[in-house]
Amino acid sequence: MSKILIRGAKVLGGEAQDVLIDGETIAEVGTDLSAEGATVIEAEGRILLPGLVDLHTHLREPGREDSETVLTGTRAAASGGYTAVFAMANTFPVADTAGVVEQVYRLGKESGYCDVQPIGAVTVGLEGKKLAELGAMHDSAAGVTVFSDDGKCVDDAVIMRRALEYVKAFGGVVAQHAQEPRLTEGAQMNEGVVSAELGLGGWPAVAEESIIARDVLLAEHVGSRVHICHLSTAGSVEIVRWAKSRGIDVTAEVTPHHLLLTDELVRSYNPVYKVNPPLRTERDVMALREALADGTIDIVATDHAPHPHEDKDCEWAAAAMGMVGLETALSVVQETMVETGLLDWAGVADRMSVKPAQIGQAKGHGRPVSAGEPANLTLVDPAYRGAVDPAGFASRSRNTPYEGRELPGRVTHTFLRGRATVVDGKLA
Amino acid sequence: MMRHLISAADLTRDDAVLILDTAEEMARVADRPIKKLPTLRGRTICNLFFEDSTRTRISFEAAEKRLSADVINFAAKGSSVSKGESLKDTAQTLEAMGVDAVVIRHSASGAPYRLATSGWIDAPVINAGDGTHQHPTQALLDAFTMRRRLVGRDAGLGQDLAGKRITLVGDVLHSRVARSNVDLLHTLGAEVTLVAPPTLVPVGVETWPCAVSYDLDSVLPKSDAVMMLRVQRERMNAAFFPTEREYSRRYGLDGDRMAKMPEHAIVMHPGPMVRGMEITAEVADSDRCTVVEQVANGVSIRMAVLYLLLGGNESQTTRTEEK
Repeated sequence: MSKILIRGAKVLGGEAQDVLIDGETIAEVGTDLSAEGATVIEAEGRILLPGLVDLHTHLREPGREDSETVLTGTRAAASGGYTAVFAMANTFPVADTAGVVEQVYRLGKESGYCDVQPIGAVTVGLEGKKLAELGAMHDSAAGVTVFSDDGKCVDDAVIMRRALEYVKAFGGVVAQHAQEPRLTEGAQMNEGVVSAELGLGGWPAVAEESIIARDVLLAEHVGSRVHICHLSTAGSVEIVRWAKSRGIDVTAEVTPHHLLLTDELVRSYNPVYKVNPPLRTERDVMALREALADGTIDIVATDHAPHPHEDKDCEWAAAAMGMVGLETALSVVQETMVETGLLDWAGVADRMSVKPAQIGQAKGHGRPVSAGEPANLTLVDPAYRGAVDPAGFASRSRNTPYEGRELPGRVTHTFLRGRATVVDGKLA
Repeated sequence: MMRHLISAADLTRDDAVLILDTAEEMARVADRPIKKLPTLRGRTICNLFFEDSTRTRISFEAAEKRLSADVINFAAKGSSVSKGESLKDTAQTLEAMGVDAVVIRHSASGAPYRLATSGWIDAPVINAGDGTHQHPTQALLDAFTMRRRLVGRDAGLGQDLAGKRITLVGDVLHSRVARSNVDLLHTLGAEVTLVAPPTLVPVGVETWPCAVSYDLDSVLPKSDAVMMLRVQRERMNAAFFPTEREYSRRYGLDGDRMAKMPEHAIVMHPGPMVRGMEITAEVADSDRCTVVEQVANGVSIRMAVLYLLLGGNESQTTRTEEK
């Protein structure tokens, strides 16, 4: 491995410094470092962050390779500045056995663009009836620590309780997709003013909030920890805030799209805006931003959900739910959080790298930018402005809600253990 | 006029009054020995029905044939939402066959809007009912019926429904008829009140340009027209109301309740009626009930819409309406 000198980047948005990468690690951080024997990257005006970590990615392999594979998904992740992603379990077959999680883990190793940590299903087949072999998945080569039935809610209180208890044996965490199924039968969008007008089935905030309330109380009762996926309402924020104030071990994530978009967009009936949980109201968006700023919401997670063209090029009710997000996440966070003054770049590093790495126990990720640490780094040009062009995505799918929209910031370089996966904004 | 007719909310007051006035002219055709105009000769119209609907389809077909259009009926069993040929493929097939307009009924809210705006086809799109969203020609024929009965056939020409008090009763939550009527009646200056059990009123209704009441008896004496909406018995199974009898007792229209209405007030129903549920046979068969007239007026209204959308009205400036 050769040496790389990143010259004059603002480390975590602070003072401009030089960072010398030697092999897989950061050798030195300082000023006026010697460039001898090193490839130099002039990074004046750019921000250097620890490599981003996504706790919520759908890589679709095995089963739906027409929308994404581990390879294309990790290429998309690297493009977006990520060095580690957690692959959700709702594949075909479901990642509910040691065999499947090991396959995903191996595919991630082979891809080489970023580390892939499989998430194991909580229940067999995501059916919510019977615990999957959580221990076997943890003990497998994949070393699973995060378990989720994402896409479906573990709605049976007893199953959820058992899962929360069981993972304590090996320090695991259950990530809940909070959606009370009976309250969301036939749900197509946020229930409120817009759904009433459009005649689309409502997905009420209370269906999310009631499950979160139940699960933080369960976590408290059994002394375990719970992670809340893609929290989307102002009420959910209040419940998590209350739980944390009681000392309950709960963490929460918000997606970039819930920080920016509202259900007013559904008036277009364009399924590119169809996502689960649905886009909510302006009031919810503002509450989520505040909560991410004050730490009530711990992390940003993309919920990158690729779908092939035909699954979105149809009437709303027939369309698949979800949006791709890996390649736009940092830009959306810059627009919604940094440029609004709610979060500085050190805060972005905390919410998009440090904390998600902690929650998911991603070793070597989310570390400080200092000598001796693994060289997992992301270099960002915050001054860049450009319209989103899905044609340029590394992801196999194009279902982005931001097509043609101008977003700030661009990832110019991504380093995975000292090796550039992205150079000058292009995959290496 | 606009290029498509997707939602009653897209119509201005002047658009709506023009359609009503044009429909009065079309109604005269029905009184002639030969009920046909040559207006749309050589134009092809496709009735694309992804949801069963005998009444609406026949009404459109009668309107199309009275205007001398060539008619293609496409009835898809089930809908594209279930696996099968997609809406897009079907639309592009029709486009390739050279249809001049598409009348679409679909179980998915927004399907006609997608068809009109997605670039799949160029033909004008007329919404014949989509999911629980809109049914604009139904609202137009209802307004036509009200104007005739409450203002007068000749006196009504050029007029709207300013100051008329219209009450809609029943399953508002699942009703595209209710949504279209609230939009159009508000545009025409009427005062609209919705009456239903709270379970059948949508969350978010507070932004609609109408009042909401849970008490039918208090609203009836202040109504110029009472429109009963169909209530499907199966809603009971989803706990929208406890029993059929309880629903009828609280929200059904029977002879006693009809007697509380002003002398001139009319009873309307978009059909199909569930007799014994939201309306008794006594009311349905009374001369205050306009159900049969509404069906006849539906043909006139649809003739007017087709005539105006398909360029029968060259003097109007064309514009594409985007919500």
